[in-house]
Amino acid sequence: MNTLLLNSINFQRLSYLSIISHSLLIFTMSVPATAVTPPLADDLDIVIPTIRNLDFLEQWRPFFQPYHLIIVQDGDPTKTIRVPDGFDYELYNRNDINRILGPRSSCISFKDSACRCFGFLVSKKKYIFTIDDDCFVAKDPLGQEINALAQHIHNLLTPATPYFFNTLYDPFREGADFVRGYPFSLREGVTTAISHGLWLNIPDYDAPTQLVKPLERNSRYVDAVLTIPKGTLFPMCGMNLGFHRELIGPAMYFGLMGDGQPIGRYDDMWAGWCAKVICDHLGLGVKTGLPYIWHSKASNPFVNLKKEYKGIYWQEEIIPFFQSVVLPKDCTTPQKCYVELSKLVKEKLGPVDPYFVKLAGEMVTWIDAWNELNPSADVAPVKKTDAVAPKKK
Amino acid sequence: MSPASVNDNEVDIVIGAFRSDLTSFMEEWRPIFSRFHLIVVKDPDVKEVKIPEGFDVRVYTESDIVKVVGSSKASLFSGYSSRYFGYLVSNKKYIISIDDDCSPAKTKDGDLVDIVAYHLNNLKTPATPFFFNTLYDPYQKGSDFVRGYPFSLRSGVPCALSCGLWLNLADYDAPTQALKPDMRNTRYVDAVLTVPLKSMMPMSGVNIAFDRELVGPAMLPALKLVKEGKVRWETMEDVWCGLVVKTVCDHLKLGVKSGIPYVWRNEKGSAIDSLKKEWEGVKLMEDAVPFFETLRLSRSSVTAEDCVVEIAAAVKERLGSTHAVFVSAAEAMVEWVKLWKAVRSLDH
Repeated sequence: MNTLLLNSINFQRLSYLSIISHSLLIFTMSVPATAVTPPLADDLDIVIPTIRNLDFLEQWRPFFQPYHLIIVQDGDPTKTIRVPDGFDYELYNRNDINRILGPRSSCISFKDSACRCFGFLVSKKKYIFTIDDDCFVAKDPLGQEINALAQHIHNLLTPATPYFFNTLYDPFREGADFVRGYPFSLREGVTTAISHGLWLNIPDYDAPTQLVKPLERNSRYVDAVLTIPKGTLFPMCGMNLGFHRELIGPAMYFGLMGDGQPIGRYDDMWAGWCAKVICDHLGLGVKTGLPYIWHSKASNPFVNLKKEYKGIYWQEEIIPFFQSVVLPKDCTTPQKCYVELSKLVKEKLGPVDPYFVKLAGEMVTWIDAWNELNPSADVAPVKKTDAVAPKKK
Repeated sequence: MSPASVNDNEVDIVIGAFRSDLTSFMEEWRPIFSRFHLIVVKDPDVKEVKIPEGFDVRVYTESDIVKVVGSSKASLFSGYSSRYFGYLVSNKKYIISIDDDCSPAKTKDGDLVDIVAYHLNNLKTPATPFFFNTLYDPYQKGSDFVRGYPFSLRSGVPCALSCGLWLNLADYDAPTQALKPDMRNTRYVDAVLTVPLKSMMPMSGVNIAFDRELVGPAMLPALKLVKEGKVRWETMEDVWCGLVVKTVCDHLKLGVKSGIPYVWRNEKGSAIDSLKKEWEGVKLMEDAVPFFETLRLSRSSVTAEDCVVEIAAAVKERLGSTHAVFVSAAEAMVEWVKLWKAVRSLDH
């Protein structure tokens, strides 16, 4: 047979395999129209921080009810937060957090949604989806209700492509693919560690922007998911977020915010910068885009400004810091990466403000807590104490 | 979208003609193109080009090319690379270039997508390569920078290149399209975004626009496949050009945007035939991409011309031994810069 043709067929076979394998992945991972066993029902926890109520869950019921919820109750622990009937959940208030973590509870923020990361700590599942209690079900341009959780699961279960930009966005979505010129050796992609969703209606603007544009609403539905390239930082919003807890959970510490702290509304940002640097180092992917949720509550911009204002200055130092972080090769786990990062934070950002020295310390506390509550398989399991006594239905 | 104002005199529309009868193509684009000056560069294999009345158009033939660049350099501008001659002789600030097998796309209301307005809007608003904005281009109406975006980075950098997309026949390579012959792109993604710093991307020449004053010297014809053909599946010239221009933009702190506008790309050619004939191109990318991803230019390269010359030297040195086509590409890049400078000096 003609050598060129044979070579082209061999090459075709190689690309055929990669194309078929990722087509199969899409086919098996797409969520069916009629109810079947929900994907990852036993492998995913939904973490919700709340200080008010959980009424919003009613609207999400068709999508969330098959899953286990972890409610982190912020603020006054004597208040009772009612969980709508029919949900399987654990609920932790501040007393529970203090009891379970003991002195290590210092790392969990109080009076700030940053406390949600306590839910990540105590979860035993492989994946986490976290959502705010003022986020509702959005509709797509055809008027269909969007199952945000299913989209996050699809994002997490399909590869990311951080090493080369695909101009048609996520090539693993149905109806899309890698474009001409995309190297074949990069088409398998990497495991997706984070799925960052977006918001219709009230956009996630900072206080100055909210003050200047109080009436602006996000009405543009951008039908895309894309991988954020390696080496590029982004502002991660915790309102509508999914992640692979085993691969990146230790990096999803939401910092010291709220009561007694000089800063607020930078919890998710901090986690996002740390997590992205670590994902880049470990060869994991971060996706952003779909799904959209409907964000209903515009927080008070004057209150926000007070919380954010130090962050606005500090971020000018923080960003160059993260852009220049190089983690040593022997940091092969997210915990090791995170501890190393905490040292760099203390050294490089400590001079900016003593807050960062404190934060660096709590980053280590967080990892200690993580390791205690999540012992690795090759270590004798820590005896479960009475610490874990969640309030169940 | 609130479009930036478009000055007719600042735009050239450059078309490389692969077919002699451009009547239907030009009629389809008339509502959008008729305001502007057009440059049509005829592929040498095409007989005389037919263009309908009512356009301000200049057609360049092979003999025109030879007159400007000399007969020994004319081969730089054959096939898909013929359009680069249009870039060379243009004196406008902005160039918009599309393939001659594209029609205007339609919005969901049935209006034609005015690619000129959208491309110019992309080019006239800053790009934001240093930090990713999760709400995409913050300069579009109804969008802005999100919480957590550093304020010092909010003025952005000038956008030098705007890469559009395609509905219907997407710009896939031959293996992909051959394996999914019925796959058509029906998804209109209503966004444009800046391709981040140091992130490489495959530029498709099917639908692009650029600021000639900023990056003209880097929009160059260089990588010519041995069996380059008359369909996009059989070329890589634009992908190579895109890697060069992105490197230059990253170095000179200019931006590249990708996303809207869309064109409607019509059926042409056969993916399987192209796959049988030419697959060399996809293999070359395996060497080219790692090269560009690790390439760092020196501080002394301060203009696009300097950057191109430095890249060409690096290509020759580091890729030359891999494949002869890279040596030719490097030489073509150097020739192009010489021509660019020569033609510019004639203007003054």
